[in-house]
Amino acid sequence: MTPAPERVRRGWVRPLRRLAVGVLAGLAAAAIWELYTLLGPDAGGHLFGASLLPRAEARSMPHVWDVVARMLAPESSATGAPSVAVAMLQACWFTLRVALAGWLAGVVAGFGLAIGMQRFRLAESAVFPWVVLSQTVPLIALAPLVVGWGGKIQVGDLVWERWMSVALIASYLAFFPVAVGALRGLQSPEQAHVELFRAQAASPWRTFRSLRLPASVPYVIPALRLAAATAVVGAIVAEVSTGTKGGIGRLIIAYAQAASGDPAKPWAAIVGAALLGLVAAGLVSLLSLGLGRYRHSEVS
Amino acid sequence: MRAVTVALRQWAPPLVLGLAFLLAWQALVVGAEIKPYLLPSPTAIGTQLALVAPLVWTSALATGANVLVGIVLGTAVAIVAAVAAARSGVVDELMSPTAAAVSVMPIVALAPVLNTMFGTTSTTPRRLIVAIVVFAPVFVTTLRGLRQVQPVHRDLMRAYAASPRQLSRLVTIPGALPYLFTGLRIASSTAVISAVVAEYFGGLQNGLGSRITSAAANSAYARAWAFVLGAIALGLVFYLATLALERAAARRTGG
Amino acid sequence: MSTPVSTTGLPPAAFALAAHAVEATGVGKVFTTRAGAVTALEDVHLTIGAGEFVALIGPSGCGKSTLLRLIADLDTPTSGELTVFGRSPRAAREAQDYGIAFQQAGLLPWRSVRANIELPLELHGVGRSGRTVRSTELLELVGLTEFAGHFPHQLSGGMQQRVAIARSLAEQPSLLLMDEPFGALDEMTRERMQTELVRICAESRAAVVFVTHSIPEAVFLADRVVVMSPRPGRIAEVVPITLTRDAAGRDEDLREDATFFAAVTRVREALHGDGHVRAARGVDVR
Repeated sequence: MTPAPERVRRGWVRPLRRLAVGVLAGLAAAAIWELYTLLGPDAGGHLFGASLLPRAEARSMPHVWDVVARMLAPESSATGAPSVAVAMLQACWFTLRVALAGWLAGVVAGFGLAIGMQRFRLAESAVFPWVVLSQTVPLIALAPLVVGWGGKIQVGDLVWERWMSVALIASYLAFFPVAVGALRGLQSPEQAHVELFRAQAASPWRTFRSLRLPASVPYVIPALRLAAATAVVGAIVAEVSTGTKGGIGRLIIAYAQAASGDPAKPWAAIVGAALLGLVAAGLVSLLSLGLGRYRHSEVS
Repeated sequence: MRAVTVALRQWAPPLVLGLAFLLAWQALVVGAEIKPYLLPSPTAIGTQLALVAPLVWTSALATGANVLVGIVLGTAVAIVAAVAAARSGVVDELMSPTAAAVSVMPIVALAPVLNTMFGTTSTTPRRLIVAIVVFAPVFVTTLRGLRQVQPVHRDLMRAYAASPRQLSRLVTIPGALPYLFTGLRIASSTAVISAVVAEYFGGLQNGLGSRITSAAANSAYARAWAFVLGAIALGLVFYLATLALERAAARRTGG
Repeated sequence: MSTPVSTTGLPPAAFALAAHAVEATGVGKVFTTRAGAVTALEDVHLTIGAGEFVALIGPSGCGKSTLLRLIADLDTPTSGELTVFGRSPRAAREAQDYGIAFQQAGLLPWRSVRANIELPLELHGVGRSGRTVRSTELLELVGLTEFAGHFPHQLSGGMQQRVAIARSLAEQPSLLLMDEPFGALDEMTRERMQTELVRICAESRAAVVFVTHSIPEAVFLADRVVVMSPRPGRIAEVVPITLTRDAAGRDEDLREDATFFAAVTRVREALHGDGHVRAARGVDVR
């Protein structure tokens, strides 16, 4: 039942092992995939009118090696067209920057709101229910509407561009985990510690800097990672609903439309999207590496 | 009397804030003559909602069914996987990183390829997406629950020479239940969001997501907002239902 | 008041079973940790008679809890020989020769008080009606009859601990193992629980191994107090307590009796004795 007690391993062995296991899991998934294309019904399986099994023929489920080969081949027949993999990576880079902008805006707003709620009880009691409520409802459904703002708003010299709509939606999704996580973290110091600071007549700023902020780290880091993942989802969905060119969301749709003649192509875009999520979360993990001593127990 | 005061103190500030927000919104739209494609006024949205209410209802049922089936499927797989991972170190080493990776990946991106795999007239792709999205948090919390057996309970069951089966039935599984429901509550909102958003990627046109996009494409912005309200209500229903389950489970264990 | 320490209160059955409840010969326990090997117990010789109440006392790290866990077969000794009622601790555990209670009550939070008490019976296949009869008796014994349907989180710490003790008695064990069961209670509750434990033990006639770090508690409860010293854990001295064994005599008055204080002083000196010896040696070296 219980896992064997962890042995002391050198620092680099663990990540290496995890990577190996990840590759293994990927290989296992690929093997299951190939097995199904071999044995599964070509027309898919139906029960009570609902299709329950995917179609195993090559147009629906291309072979893994076909996908790899397709990624290395040129994107289109036009001369000088980049390979699918390069086009995919370029699109990922575009979306990553937009998602990052959204993430930053969401983090700043979320943290700011959390500080406000922590400082002022009334603000907390008035705002917090709405924060929780909005986190639980699919406000991302607004994406097609917000996206319509592109090119239609102008404040001074600043023209509202489409990518800003995308970043806005990404920031909206990133905002909530950060606001909730940061508030929980800022409120996490024990009463005894707060009273210790009060007994020493520490200023609110001092209490914030030396007590609440360090105490919030274990709560904030998982929130930041979650925010990175949701910012990526937000950016992709927003790109899809606008048709913003250049990003991975657009690529997913464009390649999907080519699926009937080029079944391996859409998978290249999926690989890109998955990669994007991992990279975004990985960047946040890198960011938190230096905060080791504040991270005794992370709370997700 | 006292209860009334407490309830008032708890609910008055958010209600006042919400009302003020709506009033400011209305005043802004009317006063600054903001075009409906930017932001329709609350009253315009309300009027539209009354007009299309039956359609909102049927669309919400269609999307809600996808969410429900997806949650049940994803939870079932997550429980089986968590039990397997709690028993076997190999399974754990394979599953835990996979779940962590899945939780940061944009799963809705799978919608187009799932549509080709199952056919564009099928609801299965959306249900699968919901199931995958639900899987990760439920797996992680359930596994944590299965692992958190208190040392004193473990000692006790050993002292009473309990069999592994008795340990699972009497201690491990009841102890893990609240964790399972917490995972379900966390998953509920992302499940609804994914089900709505998956419809943006094409396929069947019977759910809230498709109605929102088609209304927006026809420049019927207030109508699109009315469907957004439907999506909000759907999200709330699933959140409150899973929250009630979580509370009930926590109360049973005195948590 | 002056009843001698003897076997007067013991049922004949206890003798028939085996002469000794616990017999330890040269028992040691070494834990292997990341930092290296830690000797928790060394060369422990101890014999506990059937129906005898023995308290293990000593500072933290003296291995008193380890010794109890070895007897309970929650850990295995790395050297020496240990028997419980003449058989191996493992066989004794599987035969359910003992009941056990810990510092944490360790009740299952989702089971009612009655269901918690019935847990060992349920584990060993006692039928529903048999369980109900026994748990009703035990609820009465620990004075919690009205709380049968309550859940653990609705009870105070003292009440939870009484449930745990009732649970440990469920199968009428001839040996009770208690690891600081009153350690987390306030002083007043603690004294009341001690008085109750004396009464319960008189009724159940089980041998008891009782781990504590409270000198008055050890003296009040035990027939013999085993004083242990740390690093490595070993038995420093065994202090026989010549107070009355009569449950009616061990009441609140006894706590203010001169004989009680005398016994407390003897245990305290035994506990600190080790330190004096070391200080003397230090002088010698200089």
